[in-house]
Amino acid sequence: MTINEGGWRPERPQAERRAHGGTHTGNRALMLEEPLNFEIGTLEATGVDFEPANMGPEVRSSIPWEGAVDDVYYEMRELARGAPIGLPGLSEPETVRHYTRLSRQNYAIDLGLFPLGSCTMKHNPRLNEKVARMPGFADIHPLQPVETVQGALELINILADWLVRLTGMHSVTMSPKAGAHGELCGVLAIRSALEARGDAREVILVPESAHGTNPATAAFAGYRVENIPATAAGRVDLDALKARLGPDVAGLMITNPNTCGLFEPEMIAISQAVHAAGGLVYCDGANFNAIVGRVRPGDLGIDAMHINLHKTFSTPHGGGGPGSGPVVFSAALTPFAPLPFVEKRDGAYALVEEENAGEHHGASFGRMVAFHGQMGMFTRALAYMMSHGADGLRQVAEDAVLNANYVLRSLDDVLDAPFGASGPCMHEALFSDKGFAPGLSTLDLAKALIDEGYHPMTMYFPLVVHGAMLIEPTETESKAALDEFIGALRSVAQRAKAGDEALKAAPVFAPRRRLDETLAARKPVLVYKDPAEQSPSP
Amino acid sequence: MLAVVGASSIDDLFVDVPEAARLAGKIEGLPDHAGELSVERQMAALARKNVAAGDVPFFLGCGAYRHHIPASVDHLIQRGEFLTSYTPYQPEIAQGTLQILFEFQTQVARLFGCDVANASMYDGSTACWEAIGMARRITRRRKAILSSGLHPHYVSVARTMARFTGDTLETEPPRFGENTDVARLLDRIDDDTSCVVFQYPDVLGRCADMSELAARAHEKGALLVAVVTEPVALGMLKSPGEMGADIVVGEGQSLGVGLQFGGPYVGLFACAEKYVRQMPGRLVGMTLDAEGKRGFVLTLSTREQHIRREKATSNICTSSVLCALAFTIHLTLLGEKGLRQLAELNFDRALYAAERLASQYRLVMTNKTFFNEFTLSLNLRESRPVVRELAARGILGGVSLGRLYPGEKSLERGLVVAVTETATKADIDTFIATLQELLA
Repeated sequence: MTINEGGWRPERPQAERRAHGGTHTGNRALMLEEPLNFEIGTLEATGVDFEPANMGPEVRSSIPWEGAVDDVYYEMRELARGAPIGLPGLSEPETVRHYTRLSRQNYAIDLGLFPLGSCTMKHNPRLNEKVARMPGFADIHPLQPVETVQGALELINILADWLVRLTGMHSVTMSPKAGAHGELCGVLAIRSALEARGDAREVILVPESAHGTNPATAAFAGYRVENIPATAAGRVDLDALKARLGPDVAGLMITNPNTCGLFEPEMIAISQAVHAAGGLVYCDGANFNAIVGRVRPGDLGIDAMHINLHKTFSTPHGGGGPGSGPVVFSAALTPFAPLPFVEKRDGAYALVEEENAGEHHGASFGRMVAFHGQMGMFTRALAYMMSHGADGLRQVAEDAVLNANYVLRSLDDVLDAPFGASGPCMHEALFSDKGFAPGLSTLDLAKALIDEGYHPMTMYFPLVVHGAMLIEPTETESKAALDEFIGALRSVAQRAKAGDEALKAAPVFAPRRRLDETLAARKPVLVYKDPAEQSPSP
Repeated sequence: MLAVVGASSIDDLFVDVPEAARLAGKIEGLPDHAGELSVERQMAALARKNVAAGDVPFFLGCGAYRHHIPASVDHLIQRGEFLTSYTPYQPEIAQGTLQILFEFQTQVARLFGCDVANASMYDGSTACWEAIGMARRITRRRKAILSSGLHPHYVSVARTMARFTGDTLETEPPRFGENTDVARLLDRIDDDTSCVVFQYPDVLGRCADMSELAARAHEKGALLVAVVTEPVALGMLKSPGEMGADIVVGEGQSLGVGLQFGGPYVGLFACAEKYVRQMPGRLVGMTLDAEGKRGFVLTLSTREQHIRREKATSNICTSSVLCALAFTIHLTLLGEKGLRQLAELNFDRALYAAERLASQYRLVMTNKTFFNEFTLSLNLRESRPVVRELAARGILGGVSLGRLYPGEKSLERGLVVAVTETATKADIDTFIATLQELLA
């Protein structure tokens, strides 16, 4: 495939833009337009000054040793860059202004409620940022001698202890980089355990309401994926599961609380059935915020579960990462956990890596990542845990669940709650688009919510609910904040039901109106091209 | 609120939890909540037990490099609008993150000499494995040949994954005394080869032209995957794309991110545009909004897990966007001119250290080429205890190959020394004098 041969790029003439913006600049007071750094920077500009690079010549004249450096100079000259790279620079004030202006085009938790279901957008305490930047954590190299990083290893061990206790599991592996990486870790451990039994098996079962990462992960680990249906009450169909289990099934990847925002009341029976058939149970821990401190996955028969430190334990999402996805394991899977990990030996902390794994951990399936995991996230998560304590973490789950139920019951008169009759929800309230006027969709409602000053909820997920709207308020929100949000959502829901066509134009007040995603995919422009490189419009 | 919900207590909301799994009270063995001052004090006590790189003469590299990060980088990424936003699924209110990712993609593509780049991976090691998987999908072949200069952790990650995917990896440890294994790699490329994976500069600091590798790989229907763990080097060196690499991946930590004991870092992933539909990870593209204004969106998402599920090119979801922002802000501050200066400064510092070291007794310089990192071979001692002894004397003096290649007799005297702009002349001189004492 060749993309965008003609160098097309979406742009309208200045005059036309002015007509839309209504101002000469296109700015609207505090809503500022900002070009790309490639459009305003130059190859000569820089915002950094350096000491002169003059150590070399000085030493070359002073040391009577021949050879190495001159040879290196000669050899490296062969590899020297010829043409410019094409990386324009900006001065420091220009850089600060450029990125500050861009920041203002983002919605964020710091600005308001961020009800993205299954994403757990809670407040990110700034103490966590402060401790992560202590030089003893931020400025240490992963390959320093372990004697010089005892505090870092101790911190990892303390955090591991919290995670093991909070989940009631047997062990934890800290290195996975994010949730999906943790899923992969769990499924690889399952496969390793089965292979050790001489029976890798072929199929991983996944409920049809699962996150997309679950089937993708199972496939990445070499398994075939089959779906398990849900009951009318939004739970895994235990009978269907039992009917499908057999000697080819390696295990089940389940989310609990599930993606419909409900606890699986038969979770223990589900685990027992999978175990009885010789399989293992993976739990997607994305929704751990609903149960932390109230329920331990280890009491539910789960063999492996990842924990999104960037969800439950408040490390910031940063616009899409970095995350961190430690995986807790049952005793059955512990021997297969990946390298490296931290152990305390003779009063000091040590790293168990490839070279010393043989002694006790010869069954480990190996390394998933360079170095030891997301230290910068570990410091933040542990600061959050210590701040909340065993008592506060329990209250986190309680408040998160209370808030979600409050949203559910405050809106179920105006929005269809498909599982509203099956009892309380957990930390997410789920609605469908049933009752919307023809032609109006969940997307329209979501975009209207943007004009009301909110980030929309998760849309069209889970797939099992038509026009799904999954709302996770988290424990962060006060009753006053929830009431304001509920008022806004009620208003746009009523407009959707009344057939207010104006919703289709929303958002009107955001930095951009609806963006043409079809155009973006049809003629992909993935990098900036200098005007000189472009041919005229298509 | 309970009245609105129709519950008499919080416990009523947890009725679906099987009784056997309901915890009556707090989890045992964990402390109760603590105030900000107390937490800060406890964390500071842990931090103090570590030797921070900035406090001592420091010469570690091997995939993670200590560079000076301008203060404005960290200030900008701490803006709440960046720090506390989500993956930009709602583009109308995420143009900030999206536009910067578009800048990031362009910077990475240009730096690597490729047509396109994605919006980041977890880190270099996982990006490297994803590139091997991508080469398998493109060539429909399952044998990857890894250069002996590829970082051993990257090899280890690939080996772990290959065991489950059925890929074959050919790999060997590096050898002292040769500048590159290109000649041997050339001989091994055959009709079953999906890709050759070549690191530049490599784990011992050596730099070699990979044009011949690219030509031979293409002749045999295979791809060349280049791995860059020190992107600052590309401020003065030819890019892998220029030498014919089809996929270039790397570790972006050097720019904007900091050491952080190994994570979070940011994986870089670029390729020729004909392969874009086989790429893993998120891509940001330019488009128009309903008023005809330019804007940015996540695009080509039919490759991704949330659409394609088990048929996705990767299972990656959350990647490393905030680190990508830091990378882009740092690189924008540097610009072409600053990056070149930074690269030259690093090369110069390394030359100074190399020349001084090479004139010492009891060690041999093994590199014929290097950028800011090179490998010494100690004549009489294993390097691992020497590194520990240096640390005991307050010097973080490089990475021992004994640690990176445990059990590899031929490498146990190797010491990889990285010298960046953060090392002063005094640091270098102290390091060399102390090393001489220990080797005497």
